[in-house]
Amino acid sequence: MNAGLFAQYVMNGLMLGMMYALVAVGFTLFFGVLDVIKFSHGDVLTVGAFTALATYVGLTSAGLNSNWLALVIILAVAVMAMAALGMLIARYLVMPLRSAPALNTLLITLMLGTVLRECVRLFYPQGANPKPFPALLPRSSIDLGAFNLRLDNVLMLSAGVLTIVGLQFLLNRTRLGLAIRAVAQDEETARTMGINFTAIVLITFAIGSGLAAFAGVMNGLYYNEINFGIGLYLGVVGFAAAIIGGLGSVYGAVLGGFLFAGLQTVGTVLMPFASAYKDVFAFAVVIAIMAWRPTGLIREKISERV
Amino acid sequence: MMKSGKLAGAVIATLVITLAAAVAEAKDKVKVGYIGPLTGGVSVNGIGGRNSAELAVKLRNADAKTKYDYEMIVLDDECKPNVAVQVATKMAADKEIIAGATHYCSAAAIAAVDTYHKFGFPVIVWGAVLPDITYRNKYAEIHRVNGTMINQNDANAELIHKLGFKTIAVIHDTTDYGKGHNEYFAKAIERGGKAKIVGTFGVTADQQDFTAELTQIKALNPEVIYFGGLTPIGVRIRSQMDKLGLNAVFDGTSGIVSDAFIQGLGPLAEGTLAFREGAPTNKLPGGKFFMENYNAQKYDNPPEAYGAFAYAAMDMLIDTIEKVGPDRKKVIAELANVKDRDSIVGKITFDDHGQNMVPVITKFVIQDGKFVEWDESEYAAGKRKLPGQK
Repeated sequence: MNAGLFAQYVMNGLMLGMMYALVAVGFTLFFGVLDVIKFSHGDVLTVGAFTALATYVGLTSAGLNSNWLALVIILAVAVMAMAALGMLIARYLVMPLRSAPALNTLLITLMLGTVLRECVRLFYPQGANPKPFPALLPRSSIDLGAFNLRLDNVLMLSAGVLTIVGLQFLLNRTRLGLAIRAVAQDEETARTMGINFTAIVLITFAIGSGLAAFAGVMNGLYYNEINFGIGLYLGVVGFAAAIIGGLGSVYGAVLGGFLFAGLQTVGTVLMPFASAYKDVFAFAVVIAIMAWRPTGLIREKISERV
Repeated sequence: MMKSGKLAGAVIATLVITLAAAVAEAKDKVKVGYIGPLTGGVSVNGIGGRNSAELAVKLRNADAKTKYDYEMIVLDDECKPNVAVQVATKMAADKEIIAGATHYCSAAAIAAVDTYHKFGFPVIVWGAVLPDITYRNKYAEIHRVNGTMINQNDANAELIHKLGFKTIAVIHDTTDYGKGHNEYFAKAIERGGKAKIVGTFGVTADQQDFTAELTQIKALNPEVIYFGGLTPIGVRIRSQMDKLGLNAVFDGTSGIVSDAFIQGLGPLAEGTLAFREGAPTNKLPGGKFFMENYNAQKYDNPPEAYGAFAYAAMDMLIDTIEKVGPDRKKVIAELANVKDRDSIVGKITFDDHGQNMVPVITKFVIQDGKFVEWDESEYAAGKRKLPGQK
């Protein structure tokens, strides 16, 4: 394999890994503060991508023709709308079930995911069809033999890295982050220290869901196509990535995301079977990792089996 | 006198109305079935087919000469084999449903044929193209108005040879549908002997990311990428080809002949090849009649590529029931004799496997956002060139 081809595979893997990581971080955040698995997370991503697309359609019909401005606006609208949706889900579906078995939350969010997905399909005009997503980033590329280095991919990767670094900074260096970590560690103690538990949970869900919207827009910009089913698959992969990384750990989720993308690429390129089996391969390795390290690659201080 | 005359008139009028109503009600209700993918990625085709079949029922019910009052039962196979078996069982087990127009997806249809056979339930397949659906077994219950994928892949390989392309990479989904396309296309290319398949890639039917496969294909540097699969992943593969700077002819099958493919890709769809059995709807003998009536119903969705076939299938079922009565066995016996029967998709003749012998294959190329017949396109005329065409 020549260097150009190798670079292309690495680039493909990095883009995939970034999207998986952003979704996985959401799962990890929710689990951190409430010890719940929120299965509608992937579908929030879908709704975010479609919100962005709808906003774009609105903007173009209003006569806006600056790509950069359009991108900023659709990203802001999608992220804020999904943050609000995330808070609503937390407030009215997840928090009321705090005292119920965790299985109930899992089930109810799984069903909510189906509702969101079907709503997009039924109520978005011709929502069952794949929709073209506008290419808002500069399309220039450098052709290095077998490697097609695209400026938009580089921009998206950088934006993803900045977002994750920003999130780490928020969690580790700010008062809000301290409060989130306190709630994650021990709810009761956090309450007695005067931390507004409900507000922190809502903010955490807003952050996680906003990240999903960001990943959804990135998905649209990368593939230039979205459909109502994107979130289902990304949700499963993001969840698996969060688990192998170690639920509750942001670095773990990021690591898990890139690991999963790497496994898929290896499954396609190096394994001697049809590429249709790449997911079988990737998930089989995930299972093996789970058997080896049941609490994930990066362990929480106080580990808890999921 | 006047008064009683008026009264008598009123009484007579009432009697006539009641009688008319009674006659209308005296028409027996007969149930017919429709199965297609109403949800999921290819639901536009299923909904287009449903509307078309429903149109056939509506037009017939509006006809005063009709012997029965038809009601269409609609079930959703979701384009999934397991669901198809469930809904096929549900429909076939209901003795009130006499016959059905069923399936767009080959993977769904091939899974359901045994069920229809077991229950003795006559069906006419309206959109699925896998040859095995009619040819694997010799079930008297199974018929098909559209052609099979063998013919379209022959036509496809012939065009590729004619255009002088030498190297082809194949991507197909790993359902029975995609595997069938791969098999028959590879055979046809081999027979032609001039072009070579440099790589074959099986992918899952709901895969999102194809960059790894396409990067491998890029290394193989083929002139043509053949795609055996349906619209949703066809859109993804074509748009990701562009992302990787892969400049090859995108050569599709009947699975991408759908307005959704062009909508999903916009200008990128230009120059895509596709093939389908039968003539295009507007060139069908009854195409104009069909489109006028379809448009009059103001459905949200277009009939899509196979709508006319769904109409023809349902129309033929109703014809048969009109002739022999609502009895499954008689319907099956009658359908065995279909020969040179006029329909909106042209003459229909079933062979001993219930397969319509349609020799016509239409070659399409996407030009300016439309599926244009190849022979009428600017590509065939030499005004435009496909990527890499000499």
